[in-house]
Amino acid sequence: MDREKILEVKDLTITFHTYAGRVQAVRNVSFDLYKGETLAIVGESGSGKSVTNKAIIGILAPTAVVESGSILYKGTNLLDKSEKQWEKIRGNDISMIFQDPMSSLNPLMKVGKQISEVYRLKHKMSGSEAKAKTIKLMKDVGIPEPEKRYEQYPFHFSGGMRQRIVIAIALASDPNILICDEPTTALDVTIQAQVLKLIEDMEDMRDLSTIFITHDLGVVAHVADRIAVMYAGKIVEYGLAEEIFYNPQHPYTWSLMSSMPDMDIEDEEELYVIQGTPPNMLHPPVGDAFAERNPYALKLDYEQEPPLFKVSDTHYAATWLLHPKSPKMELPATLVRRIETGKARRRELGNDN
Amino acid sequence: MTTNYDSFQNSTDDDVVLKVDCLKQHFSSGYGKKKVVVKAVDGISFQIKKGETYGLVGESGCGKTTTGRSIIRLYKPTGGNVWFNGELISGNLTSEQKLRVTQGIQMIFQDPISSLNPRMTVKEIIGEGMIINKLVKSDEELTQKVIEMLRIVGLSDDHISRYPHEFSGGQRQRIGIARVLISNPSLIIADEPISALDVSIQAQVLNLLNDLKKKMGLTLLFIAHDLSVVKYFSDYVGVMYNGKIVECGKPGTIFANPLHPYTKALISAIPIPDPAFERGRTYLSYDGSRFGCAPGNYDLRLISDDHFVYGTEEEHQEFLAEYEARKDLIK
Ligand SMILES: Nc1ncnc2c1ncn2[C@@H]1O[C@H](COP(=O)(O)OP(=O)(O)OP(=O)(O)O)[C@@H](O)[C@H]1O
Ligand SMILES: Nc1ncnc2c1ncn2[C@@H]1O[C@H](COP(=O)(O)OP(=O)(O)OP(=O)(O)O)[C@@H](O)[C@H]1O
Ligand SMILES: [Mg+2]
Ligand SMILES: [Mg+2]
Repeated sequence: MDREKILEVKDLTITFHTYAGRVQAVRNVSFDLYKGETLAIVGESGSGKSVTNKAIIGILAPTAVVESGSILYKGTNLLDKSEKQWEKIRGNDISMIFQDPMSSLNPLMKVGKQISEVYRLKHKMSGSEAKAKTIKLMKDVGIPEPEKRYEQYPFHFSGGMRQRIVIAIALASDPNILICDEPTTALDVTIQAQVLKLIEDMEDMRDLSTIFITHDLGVVAHVADRIAVMYAGKIVEYGLAEEIFYNPQHPYTWSLMSSMPDMDIEDEEELYVIQGTPPNMLHPPVGDAFAERNPYALKLDYEQEPPLFKVSDTHYAATWLLHPKSPKMELPATLVRRIETGKARRRELGNDN
Repeated sequence: MTTNYDSFQNSTDDDVVLKVDCLKQHFSSGYGKKKVVVKAVDGISFQIKKGETYGLVGESGCGKTTTGRSIIRLYKPTGGNVWFNGELISGNLTSEQKLRVTQGIQMIFQDPISSLNPRMTVKEIIGEGMIINKLVKSDEELTQKVIEMLRIVGLSDDHISRYPHEFSGGQRQRIGIARVLISNPSLIIADEPISALDVSIQAQVLNLLNDLKKKMGLTLLFIAHDLSVVKYFSDYVGVMYNGKIVECGKPGTIFANPLHPYTKALISAIPIPDPAFERGRTYLSYDGSRFGCAPGNYDLRLISDDHFVYGTEEEHQEFLAEYEARKDLIK
């Protein structure tokens, strides 16, 4: 891949200093984001997805400490910026749609105004022009009767409608990088489809680069060019979407792919569950953090941390199973079934290659 | 004359934990020219029997949360009635009756952040109901119970003394679930309880709820927009659009043979976890501007068994014809 890199995250390590000790939320995370691509980040709840991305946009909690690493954007390290410089970057270059819509809306300001302010301040539009643009955008994100809804306050809106306003604000600011933290989890699939289309259109039109965090692997399949899988503060596998879906290597990725309910599941079938509890990030386990929950764990996993092994030029995974001397493992049955169904579906659609 | 849902509902009433009858909740805001009236819930009826799960799905903004909130009396309904264990709970209640409602019905809220008090520790949040209702004798017992719940929802023991802001989105949602499960209510209204969770925790929470359903006869109103989850999880499904239930029936029936155009759009828009299939795919969409505009009386009318679809008499004949034509193919 010789496309232009727009963002480079290198060896990022972030801890929270709490009275119970240091929570090691992000541990040595590195990834690149290319121009015009969508990188999906998936992974267990609490694995550090939001914290990583909050660092990229400079809004870490005061108790967070960046222990090491750098985030390069346009040749400069974002971690060195002053709050003043950040404000400019957030308005122009990088926008984020947050997991929790209420925290990014002003409860005391009319919904329409929160969007039109962006047009007025960033794009220097007149009041009436900004309002017209806003109403159009509200309509695009699926808000019915936008003229009337313009005048309402956030508490008048449903959970998903608030989320759509947050999306509208981010889109109005017209950034180079858009970070979406579970932007569509509060939406039904028809509105979700509408919103995803809107983001896609912006990617095509403006070469927008997107980081997309979601738990919905269907959405990942729809949006992602590449996928990074996180577990316990680390990226344990990354690759092209096809590589992760059809040729996953890390046992955590296997479990993740096995545990989603899909339309083919039988009613009485128990869903696959990853055993045990997520690691305590005050004292992350040595070796492979997933080992104690991993039915495929090797002895080595408990002792030594696996490096990222290369699967292809674009695909890497941090698991000892990829070591040439490791035994070969059978994939979980549910996963084999899913990969087979996927491949059959592909053949049926005639775009097998 | 076709059978409508209301007459169906009135004919079966044993074991019914919750019965909602023609519930309406209208909101108005603003004044004069800027006045907006939203018919958030506009005459819906359904019932849930003991041990059953009713899945309520629908478009974002169609009135699902409002339905839940009206049932637990956060709003005074504009119209209609709600019965809980045979007792009318939608009117004025004595303080004794109110207590029965607040203890008997618990709601897991959609918005995990704003529903947790930021100044309380996890232990206080989860244990609050136990303390208020005097369900534990000592602090040790409370700690024990809370730890038990934390493990059930996939959190760890050391989380007990932390505050909500120290958790990720999904972890907060699980605190909310633990808080509700601990007091063992007879009806749980779960408003998108798992959409903020990663799939493995989703599976864990779904298996847990399924388990509790079997073991304790838990009755659930399960609000969601994820249809595969609802299909897996519910005994009966209502599809809501614009304040109305537009289609209801057993999940298998609805998924195999959706008839209302909104239900069809909803099923067709489910993304499949398969990149080759999803890439460049466009979904069916539903044009809501024609909703409820056909001439004639709208009602939720019987198709077969317990499958109902909303429409006029004329539309109903079309739905029936479509059903007849497809029925044999589906088996
Ligand atoms: N302000 C904070 N203080 C202490 N710990 C924190 C704080 N914010 C986050 N954490 C911890 O950092 C870890 C990573 O959290 P993060 O929000 O990045 O998770 P996530 O991957 O986004 O999860 P989810 O999918 O549930 O949103 C978690 O263990 C969380 O408890
Ligand atoms: N307090 C309120 N005041 C005015 N309007 C309201 C209020 N609460 C909800 N509404 C309106 O009622 C309608 C239904 O909202 P509700 O929250 O019930 O939707 P929902 O089905 O739960 O949607 P979502 O899936 O997005 O959460 C929406 O149009 C919303 O704007
Ligand atoms: Mg998060
Ligand atoms: Mg809602």
